[in-house]
Amino acid sequence: MAKPKVATASLAGCFGCHMSLLDIDERILKLVELVEFDKSPINDLKKFTGRCRIGLIEGGCCNQENVAVLKSFREHCDILVSVGDCAVDGGIPAMRNMVPLKECLDEAYLKGPTVHNPSGKLPGDPELPLLLNKVYPCHEVVKIDHHIPGCPPSADTLWEALVALLSEKPVALPYTLLKYD
Amino acid sequence: MSEVNFTIDGVPVRARRGQTIIQAAEDAGIYVPRLCFMKGVLPGGKCRVCTVLVNDRPQAACTQPAMEGMVVKNDTPELRGWRKSVLEMLFVEGNHFCMFCEKSGNCELQALGYRFGIDAPRFDFQFPQRVVDASHPDIILDRNRCILCGRCARTSRELDGREVVDFVGRGHKESLGVNGRRLADTGLRVTDRAVSACPVGALMPKRVGFAVPVGKRLYDARPIGSEIEDKRKGGA
Repeated sequence: MAKPKVATASLAGCFGCHMSLLDIDERILKLVELVEFDKSPINDLKKFTGRCRIGLIEGGCCNQENVAVLKSFREHCDILVSVGDCAVDGGIPAMRNMVPLKECLDEAYLKGPTVHNPSGKLPGDPELPLLLNKVYPCHEVVKIDHHIPGCPPSADTLWEALVALLSEKPVALPYTLLKYD
Repeated sequence: MSEVNFTIDGVPVRARRGQTIIQAAEDAGIYVPRLCFMKGVLPGGKCRVCTVLVNDRPQAACTQPAMEGMVVKNDTPELRGWRKSVLEMLFVEGNHFCMFCEKSGNCELQALGYRFGIDAPRFDFQFPQRVVDASHPDIILDRNRCILCGRCARTSRELDGREVVDFVGRGHKESLGVNGRRLADTGLRVTDRAVSACPVGALMPKRVGFAVPVGKRLYDARPIGSEIEDKRKGGA
């Protein structure tokens, strides 16, 4: 039987959760025996090659592109998992949610004390994905099957959760592995 | 009779007359989850995390006196579900960024989240605009983290003999007000018990954050309430 495929993505995150996944040390050898990585920054595959058993999402949705990637993950993955606080509750990027978007952009590109922008314009290149009015946790955009909070979730937490999901057992993290920080 | 006898989840409990359910339960080594309740000050009945069923009616265990023969349900799937909902509402109603909060690991709201196994709230995050008051040289008031439990207000009034903070506004507009233009004008001292009464990171002394390493903090290894449950295990 073919190995189940795992895809990962980092949306509005810092890649810390991906780093934490790599932090499982020698268990990573076991992991490549258990699964095959599909679209992921880890192998730099840009497109899905087929249906995936598990999709791991780091980061919430701060722009159009994040939403498009998240929706394509929902389409291609049987089980979609929010990994880390940014995916679960918006995290650090969501600190802008308490300030109107216009004020954020003005501060960053026009009025900030260290800004040098003689054009007086906000970035508007069509290549740039449009920002959303606020940062959304993944489950407010698509259906998410499991949440693993933490900033980042520890390597042990990710390992426990992954092994449970791959063996189709309920994800029941012990007390010391469920953390929000 | 100065004693009353009742049961909590079928366990016989003896209470002194006038004790509330939460106090009698605690003496008997039964943990009733709570947030706004604090020993030494009057109960507030605000957070409803301690809701129990008394003869099948919901009551706040922190305000309801123990009565002879009452049948109390505490740790049932239904009540765990209600409490979880209350906690999730508190999480989405404020701006709780655990990842950089100095209180993380020692926070009672976070610890209850862990105890109830909350991985993500079921409700949409509100991201409200709240005012931070950093005017005081030794204390910070971050309303983003305030859950309006009122422990600071009651402690200030009852134990410190001052009235430094209290609630202003009603409903979802309720917030913590200070008795002065800013916190710095209130005469609040960092040694006042009102400061340490905060269960979350809303009212905190400055320059003491992150002193204890991750793994050694209050709720890193064992769930909140374990110290109360130990009493029963030890005595049984």
